[in-house]
Amino acid sequence: MVADATLVDRLRHRFGDHIVSAELETIDPWVEVAPEGLVDICRYLRDEPGLQYDMLNCISGVDYLHTDPKKAAQAAWQPHLVVVYHLSSTITRQRLVLKVTTSRWRQDVAGELPEVPSVSGVWRGADWHEREVYDLMGVRFTGHPDLRRILCPEDWIGHPLRKDYQPPEYYHGIRDH
Amino acid sequence: MSIINDPRVVEFNIRTDEMLINMGPQHPSTHGVLRLVLRTDGEVVLGAAPHIGYLHRCAEKIGENLAPRQWVPYTDRMDYLASMNMNLGWALVVEKLLQLEVPEKGRHLRVLVAELNRIASHLVAMGTYGLDLGSFTPFLYAFREREKILDLFEQVCGARLTYSYIVPGGVTGDLPQGWLQNCAQFLQELEPVVDDYHALLTSNAIFIKRTAGVGVLPGEMAVNYGCTGPVLRGSGIDQDLRRDGEPWYTSLYDGYQFAVIVQKEGHYPQDHDYPAVPAEAVLGDCWHRFYVRMLEVVQSMDIVRQALDKYAAAAGDCGTPIKLNHKLPPGEAYLETEAPKGQMGFYLVTDGSAIPWRVRARSSCFANVSVTSELCRGCLLADVPAIVGSLDIVLGEIDR
Amino acid sequence: MVRERFPDQVRYASCVEHVIESAAVAEFLVHTLSLPAPLAYLLAALIHCGFILGLVAAGAVVFIWAERKVSGRIQDRLGPTRTGGKFGWLQSPADGIKVLAKEDLIPRAADRLLFRAAPYVSFSSSFTAYLALPFADGWVAFDTNVAVFFILAVLGLEVFGVILAGYASGSKWSLFGAMREAAQVVSYEVPLGICVVIPVLLTGTMNLTTIANMQAGWCSNWLIFHDPFTFAVFWIYATCALASVNRAPFDLAEAESELVAGFMTEYSGMRWSLFFMAEYSSMLLVSCLAVILFFGGWHGPIPVFDWLGWAYPGGASSWQLTGFLANLAGCVNFITKAVIGVTVMLWIRWTLPRLRIDQVMTMCLKYCVPLAAICFIGALWWQVAGWWSPNHWLPLRPDGPGGMRETWVVAPEAACGEVARRLPWADSAPPHGAARRTLPGCGLAGPPAGWRTGSPAAARGGVQ
Repeated sequence: MVADATLVDRLRHRFGDHIVSAELETIDPWVEVAPEGLVDICRYLRDEPGLQYDMLNCISGVDYLHTDPKKAAQAAWQPHLVVVYHLSSTITRQRLVLKVTTSRWRQDVAGELPEVPSVSGVWRGADWHEREVYDLMGVRFTGHPDLRRILCPEDWIGHPLRKDYQPPEYYHGIRDH
Repeated sequence: MSIINDPRVVEFNIRTDEMLINMGPQHPSTHGVLRLVLRTDGEVVLGAAPHIGYLHRCAEKIGENLAPRQWVPYTDRMDYLASMNMNLGWALVVEKLLQLEVPEKGRHLRVLVAELNRIASHLVAMGTYGLDLGSFTPFLYAFREREKILDLFEQVCGARLTYSYIVPGGVTGDLPQGWLQNCAQFLQELEPVVDDYHALLTSNAIFIKRTAGVGVLPGEMAVNYGCTGPVLRGSGIDQDLRRDGEPWYTSLYDGYQFAVIVQKEGHYPQDHDYPAVPAEAVLGDCWHRFYVRMLEVVQSMDIVRQALDKYAAAAGDCGTPIKLNHKLPPGEAYLETEAPKGQMGFYLVTDGSAIPWRVRARSSCFANVSVTSELCRGCLLADVPAIVGSLDIVLGEIDR
Repeated sequence: MVRERFPDQVRYASCVEHVIESAAVAEFLVHTLSLPAPLAYLLAALIHCGFILGLVAAGAVVFIWAERKVSGRIQDRLGPTRTGGKFGWLQSPADGIKVLAKEDLIPRAADRLLFRAAPYVSFSSSFTAYLALPFADGWVAFDTNVAVFFILAVLGLEVFGVILAGYASGSKWSLFGAMREAAQVVSYEVPLGICVVIPVLLTGTMNLTTIANMQAGWCSNWLIFHDPFTFAVFWIYATCALASVNRAPFDLAEAESELVAGFMTEYSGMRWSLFFMAEYSSMLLVSCLAVILFFGGWHGPIPVFDWLGWAYPGGASSWQLTGFLANLAGCVNFITKAVIGVTVMLWIRWTLPRLRIDQVMTMCLKYCVPLAAICFIGALWWQVAGWWSPNHWLPLRPDGPGGMRETWVVAPEAACGEVARRLPWADSAPPHGAARRTLPGCGLAGPPAGWRTGSPAAARGGVQ
C-alpha cells in the first residue's frame, strides 16, 4: 500500500536517473534517490495531487561501517551513510520511505562532513530533524537555515551515532565515566 | 515594532530596549528542562528560541548495543508519563520486523493498558496546564485520579512509572486476579470527576480568556511542522493513527468503536454534555488543544471499557516475550503509534544479529515543540507558558 | 419618619465625641497610675505597637497555616497534619525557624543596600497601616479623623518595597515582577479609592470608628445593604482589594509559572518571609477595611450588646467592665468577619487561574473604574433622594446609635451643632458654621437642614 511499482514508475518517468533504486518487497518498501534530485522529488511528492505527502515524520541517519576489520572484510557493502526520510500524508493516509546514500566523509576526507540537500524548505518540520541528524550522525544539510547542534552542546566534538565515534575522555574538565 | 500585528498589545510607540530572557532550563513551567531564549520588548515576546538536549541520554546509541528486549526500559524513560505507550510502540516495531503476531488476548490487554496510560498522561497534561495558568487545584485533582491508574499498573507489573510491561512478543505477565473489577470501578469513579475538570478549567471564564485565541496553530502549519496527536487534531486535522495508521498498528484496535476527536463543522464528536466551544476560541488555539485532550480522556475510558469486555471474553494467553538472543532478520522496520502526546515512531535497522544495527526513536514532542518559536512570536510573556503547556511536551521524549 | 422613630439623634454627636476622647491607654496611665504625660504617651504608643505587631505577626503565622489547611481541603488533601500534633498547628513556627536558619543570599548583581531595605519597606508599610485601624469601639492605636485616607495611603507604600526589590535584585524576572506590580497596584488604587469614598460619603466621615458605629444594630444596617449601589460597590472593592494586595487571580508580580517568583525570585530566608508576612498582613488589612466600611465593623448581625445595654454609651469616658466585655466581643466579631474575608481570598486563590497583565489592566481601567464611578453617583443619588433602605425596614434599638446615619442626612446642622458644643475647644467655639467644617464630612454630603422634612425647625425638633 505504500510505495508500489506505479509510483516508482511515475517518479522514474519524471526524475529519471535521480531515482537510484527501489526496494518494494520488504516490510517497509523504500525508494532510493540521488542527493541532487532530493529537494525536487520531495516537493513533487508533497504537491502532486494523489500523492500529497504533506508530513515529514522522521529523518534518520544510519551509519554503515564495521569497526571490526574482520567483519568489514565480510560485509557486502562499502562503508557509507544513509539518510532515511519517512513521509506520510494526512490526506491520502499513504506512507513512503525515501533514502539517500552518501559517503561517510565528503570526498573521503576524514572530518569533512558529507553533504545532502536540506528539505527544510519543503517541510518546516525537517529543520529540527536535520539538525539532529547533523548533530548525531554528522551529515551537513546544504541550504539549511540554521544548522546547529541540537541535542549535544554546541562545542561538542564528534558525532555520537557514528559507529567509529569515540567519546571524549574529558568535557570541560569533567571526566567521562 | 512592526512585527507585532496584534492591536491588543501595541498601544503606543515608544522606543524601548529589547531584553533577552532565559526561560529555563530551570523554570517552573517549561515542563522539565526545556530552555527558551525569549527576546522581549517589555511584556511582548518578539521571538522565542527553544533549546533542547538537557536530558539527552543517548538512548539511540544504547539501543545499538542491547537486544530489543533489553531496550524496553529505555523506552519507558522517553515519555515517562506514558511508558506503556512507549513500550507498545517499541514492541510493535520489533514484532513488525519479526512478523510476529500477538494472540488475541494479548492484543486486548495491550489496548487496555495503553489507553489507561493515555488517560493518565492526559490527566497530567490537564493538571500541569492549570498550573501553567496559575491554577493549582486542578493539578492535584488530576494527580488524585492518576494515582489510581498508577495503583492499577502497580498491581499489573509492580512499577508505577517505568513499567517495561509490554515487550516484544507479548507482556511480562498476565493481569492479576480481580484487576478487571478494580479497573471497572476506577472508570466509574473517574466518570463524574471529568465534570469537575471541565468546571475548573475548560469552562472557566479566566481560563478561556487565557487560552482562547492564544497560540493559534493553523492546520496547514501543524502538518508542515510534523505536529501530531492532540496538537494536530486541535488544529482541525483529522488524523488519529489508531484509525489511520499502518495495519500492523490499527489491527490492534480492530473491533473497537471510537470516534477521532477532532472538530468537524464546528462540533466535536461527544456523547456527553461537555462545555461548548466558546465564541472566542479559534481552531488551533490553546483551548482547542486542551479540549481535544479532555475529550480523549472520555474516549479512552470508553475504549478501556470495551477492552475490559474483550479481554475477559478472549481465550488463550497474552503472548510470549522474545528471548534476549532472538536473532533479528536483516532488514528494517518503521512504525508509528498514536501515543498520548502524538505519533511516536520507532525505526529499527538490523543486520541479522540479535543486536539491532540502528535504533531510532521519532519523538512526537520533538516535532511539537519545534513549532514553539512560531507560536510565541508577538505573544505576551504570560502566554509563553500557556502555549508551551498546551503543546504538552515531555523532555524525556524530546531529548531521548 | 426615621427621625420620628429615633428621636435621640444626639447620639451621633456623642459618638463622635467619644472617638475624639479615645486616647484611652494614655489616659489610663496618666489618671490612674499618675505617670507623667510624656512617659505615658510613649508607653501607650509602645503598647499599641506591641499589640499590633503581635497581631500582624500572629496573623501572618495563622494565615499561612490556614492557607495550607484551606488549600489542602480545597484540593482534596489534608495539608500539614503532624507538626505540633493534630492539625499541624506548629507548621508555621517550624517554617519560621527553618526560614531564620536559612542562608541570606544576596546576588552579586544586586544593589545590596536597596536589596536589604526592600522587605522592610514592604513590611513596615503594611504594618503601619494597622495603626489607624480600630478593632472595636475605641480600640485603636492612632485615632485619626482621616483613618480611611491614612490606611489607603500607607498601604499604597507597600508597592515601593516590591519595586525596590525587583529593581535591586539585578534579575530580569524580578524586574518584570516589579514593573507588573507597579502598573497593577497604581492602577487599582484608583477604583479602590472610589469604592472607599462611597461609605465615607454615606457616613460623612473618614473616621473608621465612626463609620463602624454608624452601622450598629441589625445586619440590615450594614452599609453593604444600604442600597443597590453600595451592594455592587462592595464587589468592586473586593476585586480591587484582591488586586492591590496581589492575590490570585491578580498575583502577577510573583506569577510563579511565568516569572519564577517575580520580585521575590532572588530572596531567601527571613527577607523572603518578610515579603510573605507583608502580603498576609495586607490581606487581613483590606479585609478589615471591608468589614468596617461595608459589614458594620464590630457590630454584629444581631445587636446583642445593645439589648443588654453593655455597649459603651456614647459619651462615656470612664472604663466599665460591661463596656469592656462588649468591646471584647465586638473585637472578636470584627476579627471573625475579617478572617472570613481572608478565607474567601484563599478560596479564590486556590480555585481560579491567573489573569494576564493586559487583562488585569483592562479589568481595572475598563470595568472597575467606570463601575465604581457609576456606583458612586448612584449611591449619592440614592442618598440625596432619600430612598428606601433596609435600615428603615428593620429598625434599630430606638435609643441606640443606629439612627445616626439617617440623622446625619436629616439633621446635619443639628448634629454638628451638638458636636461642636461638645468639642474640647467648645468654650472658645468658633461660629456655628465653622464648627461644621472642622468635622470631616460635615457639610460635605449633608443637604441643607430641613431639606427632607420641610423646615429647619422640624429638623431641629428632634434634638432636645
